[in-house]
Parts: sequence; structure tokens; C-alpha cells
Amino acid sequence: MSQFLTNGKVRIGLAVFGAFLLIALIGSWLVSSVLGTDPHRIDYDALGAAPGGEHLLGTTTSGQDVLAQLITGCRGSVAVGLLSGVLAVGVAALVGVTGGFIGGRTDQMLTAVTNIFATLPSFPLMLIVAGYMANVGPVAIALLIGLFEWPVCARYLRAQTLSLRGRDFVQALRMVGESRWRMVLVEIMPHLTGILSSLFLRAVVTGVFTEAGLRFLGIGGGDSVTWGTMIAFAQQQEGVVRGMWWWFAPPGLFIALLGTATALVNFGLDEIGNPVLRHSSRAAVRRATAHMAARRDRTNTVEVAS
Amino acid sequence: MTATRAAPVQAPTQLGKYRGPRTGSRAGWSFLLRRLGFYLVTAWAAITLNFLIPRFMPGDPAVALMKNLQQASGTVPNAAAMQAVRMFYGDPQQNLLQQYLEYWKSLAHFDFGLSVSHYPTPVSDIVLEALPWTVLLAGATTVIGWLLGTLLGAFLGWKPGGRADSLLTPITAFFYSLPPFWLALLVIYVFGFTLGWFPISGGYDPDVPFQMNNLWFLLSVLRYGTLPAFTLIFIGINGWLFAMRNVMVTTVGEDYVLLARAKGLRPHRVMLRYAARNALLPNVSGLALALGSIFGGVIVAEIVFTYPGLGYVLFQAVSSHDFPLMQTIFLLITLGVLAANLIADSTYVLLDPRTREQR
Repeated sequence: MSQFLTNGKVRIGLAVFGAFLLIALIGSWLVSSVLGTDPHRIDYDALGAAPGGEHLLGTTTSGQDVLAQLITGCRGSVAVGLLSGVLAVGVAALVGVTGGFIGGRTDQMLTAVTNIFATLPSFPLMLIVAGYMANVGPVAIALLIGLFEWPVCARYLRAQTLSLRGRDFVQALRMVGESRWRMVLVEIMPHLTGILSSLFLRAVVTGVFTEAGLRFLGIGGGDSVTWGTMIAFAQQQEGVVRGMWWWFAPPGLFIALLGTATALVNFGLDEIGNPVLRHSSRAAVRRATAHMAARRDRTNTVEVAS
Repeated sequence: MTATRAAPVQAPTQLGKYRGPRTGSRAGWSFLLRRLGFYLVTAWAAITLNFLIPRFMPGDPAVALMKNLQQASGTVPNAAAMQAVRMFYGDPQQNLLQQYLEYWKSLAHFDFGLSVSHYPTPVSDIVLEALPWTVLLAGATTVIGWLLGTLLGAFLGWKPGGRADSLLTPITAFFYSLPPFWLALLVIYVFGFTLGWFPISGGYDPDVPFQMNNLWFLLSVLRYGTLPAFTLIFIGINGWLFAMRNVMVTTVGEDYVLLARAKGLRPHRVMLRYAARNALLPNVSGLALALGSIFGGVIVAEIVFTYPGLGYVLFQAVSSHDFPLMQTIFLLITLGVLAANLIADSTYVLLDPRTREQR
């Protein structure tokens, strides 16, 4: 854990992620007290104003403050991301860990289901389901996203659980006669926290991404503000054609920043290296050997050069 | 592969459940057959989902559909039309199993019903018209993006931690995190609006007659396709670059690469023939897995650029609650993804003679 926190990339990534969480938490206070406005208030003196002066990031065509919307949108986007992330990782843990630990027919069945869900084109499917449900709220969107994002996570967790299952300490527990559920919950789960948190981060970002995409396509009603609705309105109300970059550029950049932060954390986790995998998928082995090979390579190149 | 040229595909896997080499083409065939079985099951799941979704959604889609139909056509639908709609969207009076069988029967006859938003055009006509555009756009950009990304990734992974790698890899991580639809808007803003180089919407010049044998028409297709293609290629490159770089990093450390270097082969030959060649496999199988998500990007790009493909039609169908159209497009996209998966699997058999089982 200490190794985890001393890695530079992990630190930067977590800091950015934390900053967004903080904005999401205190955003409405920031907007009302510090900026003294709200994301829906219309300033008739500044319709579609460029950044500067009273409105730091300019206004929309209808005179709403872009910065206020950006901050409020952070909460909307991150909330959907978090909820969908919890759901995706939850289902993935249930399916992946159960399959990996129990093995046999159950595992085969669960793997087949996972693969089917992973192969189905999830975005069109979400679009269609959302199309049937008129006026989907943020919670429904989050559930929908979580429902289609779990298979990737489940694969990783299954591979990890498989590698843990064969370890000596699990064998020992089996000899002692521990119950299956106690073994999974008390002994296996703590070993999975690293990968679980990394998967969770990624799932949150995928949720933010997908929510923005769905919102952009006009799925989801209500007057809630998210980064996705900002970009959607900017396009619908001719923000692009009128060259109002301050309206549509910041939300996209923020989404990308959040994604980059997650990528950094995952780079860092990879650098630290995975636990030695004994009975695991080849993909996982490949990743594990990557670090050893990379390290070896550095010494090799020196040898060759000299 | 002759013995002299065969660089080991990967270091013999000393870990895991390696089942030992299976020789000959039998192993390849059984691998393909297993995959085919899996895709059939997946296709069945997609069709069944298509059947179940409207029946388990809150409200009665059939009634909503009839209302739309009435608005679209201006007449009260007759009993036959009602019957047809019920067949696709569920009749509360009929039992589910019987409905399911009926549904399969109409699919087997390629009967997808009539579009609601373009009543009474058959859905299949609309879909067939949009299909070539999507195949063209998605196919061309995926191939170009994959090739460029893989090549660049091989280059970056060749010297992990080198100047190019430490500079470009974080930038790629950022590019990779850009939302596709936002990137499309940015491309419109920069190249279409500010610079005015390319048209920003549509698939062809409406002033040119729509003829396949007309050079001007084909040129206008190219010109109109430039911006959507650029967006999709840009998105594609980043993903493949990333994957290739990460595997490349592992192969450059292998002993056979060291040997190739020691033999004094030219560096680019060692890089491409020895290291990159063996790093290629995961990217090939990754192509199959990624196809489903690639369509997400294609759909969004088509919508932003009003490109006349399946994605744009799907978007229109969703916003006008044209359920028959929606379902057919989803079915088509799924089957397309599965077919492409199967092709990728066959390539995999060709590339890796041992064809180990890939989950």
C-alpha cells in the first residue's frame, strides 16, 4: 500500500480524481456562494458572451454562466459515474469471483454469460433500451450503464480469483474446513482490493463517458446539468457553428482529464506489478511478465550497446 | 513458417494451464468450430433480447406504436396492421412461448415490419440503403486506424522509456480519454467551421447525381467522408497504439530479440520481423473484441456529421420511437459484429499455428 502511494503517476492520478470528487461534493455551494449564481439563471445582458469579465468562462446562447454549469455538471456526471461504477463492479465481483472460485460447470456457465454480454454491442443496446423508456432519469441511466459495463470487469476478477484459488493459504484453509463463503469474503476479497479499486476507477470513468454520450444523443430528460448535457445543448443551440468554443470545449476537456487521471493510476498500478499469478489467464501472465521483461530489457540494451 | 525463420511466437508458457501443443489443422478447426458455436449462442441471445426488451418495458410499446402509426399515416390502422404490430411487440392475450415462435418465423422470412417514422416503407429498405455507408466508414477507418496505431505502438514500445515513448505515451492516454462525440464537434469547429476545408454534414454532395459510375459523385463521397473518417481514425489509433506498445514492451525483452540483435541484423528488421511480429497477436484478437465498442464511436460520429449510415438512422429511429427500425438495426449491428469476430478468429488461426484457446 505504501508503495502504491509513493508512485508518482498514482499520486497525480488520485489527486486529479480527488479534486473532481471534491468539486462534485461542494459544487453547489461553490456556485451559490463563491460565484453567486446558479446554473440555470439567465443573464440577459450577456447572451453568448465570450470568457472574461463577469462570466469567467463566458455564457451560453441563452445567457447561462458556463463556469457554473461546468461545476454543477461535475456533480451530475460524477454521480452517474459512481453509481454505475458501483453496480458494474458489484455485479462483476459477484459473477467473476464466484465463477473463478467455484470453478467447474458454474464457472463455465458464468463465463459464457460474461462473454455474451461482452460481445453484444453495448452502446446501441443502451440506446435502444433508453429509447423504450421515455424520460429516463439519472438513476435509471446509471443503472443501465452499469448493467452493460460489468463483463469486462468480471473477466479480470475471474482471472485474479483463479490465481488466488490455487495458492497455499487457500489450500490450507480448505484443509481446516473453512466454509466457502467465509473463504471468499474474508480471505480472498482482501487480496482483490487492489484490482477492485482500479476496476472501479475505470468503471466510474466509463460511466461518465457513456452518460455523456447518451445525453448527447438526447437520452434522458429532466433539467439536471451534466457535462454531457452541456455539450449536447452547445451543439443543438448552434454553439459550434457560432464558434462558441468556451461552451463546448471545457466539459469535453474535463471528461478527458478524468479519463487521463484514471489511466495514470492504472499505469502506476501496472508499474508496481501484479502479484505473482500462478493459475491465471494468459493475458494476466503476459502483463505480469511485461514488467519483468521491461526491467530485464533495460539491462540487456546496455549489454548489447557495450 | 519454416524452421529457420520461425522466431518463437512467445516464450513457452511455463505458467498456467498450457495444455501442450496440438498439431495440425485439426486443432485449428476445432477452435473455429467452438468459436462458431459461441457466436451462434450470442446471436440467439441478441435476438431473444430483441424479443424480450419491448415486452418487459414499462407501458405497452405496441399501443404507443399504434398511436405513432396513426399520427404518421393519418388513418386508424386496420386490424391486419394491429396484428402485425402485436406480433413484434407482444400481445398480452397470447402466451409468451407462442409469440416467441412467431417472432422467429417472421425473422426467418426476413420480415422486419414497416417503419413508423417513414410509414409505410418496409424497414428492410431503409436499412439496406444505410448499410453500405456504415460498412464503408466503419471498415475503412477501423483498418486504417488499426494499421497506423499498431505501427506507431510498435515504434514506441521498441524503446520503452525512451524519449518518444515517455513523451507520446501520456499524450496518447489523454487523447484516448477524449469523448468521441466531443472530438467530432471539435473537428467540425476547427476544420469545417474555422478553416472551412471540408463539408461538415452529409455523406455526398446533393448537387451531384447519385450514381456509382460517376467520378464526381465518388469524389464528393470522399470529400464528405473526410472529417468523420478523420475523427474515427484518430480515436482508433490511440487505442491500438496503447495495446501494441504494452505488448511490444514485453517482446523486446525476449531472448530471441536479443539474439537477433546480437547477430547484427538491421534494427528495423529486428523491430518489425522479430519483436513486432510476435507482439501482434493480442492486437489481432483485440480487434475482434473491440468491434462491438467501435460501433459506439461510429454511431456517434455518424450522428454528429449527419452521415447517412446505420448510426444516424438508429438515432432518428430512437428519437421518433420507431421501434421496428431500432430493433432491426440492433440485430444487424450485432450480427455484423459477430461475423467480423469470426473473421478475426480465422485470421488468428492463420497467425498463430498453435491456436491456443483464447477466452
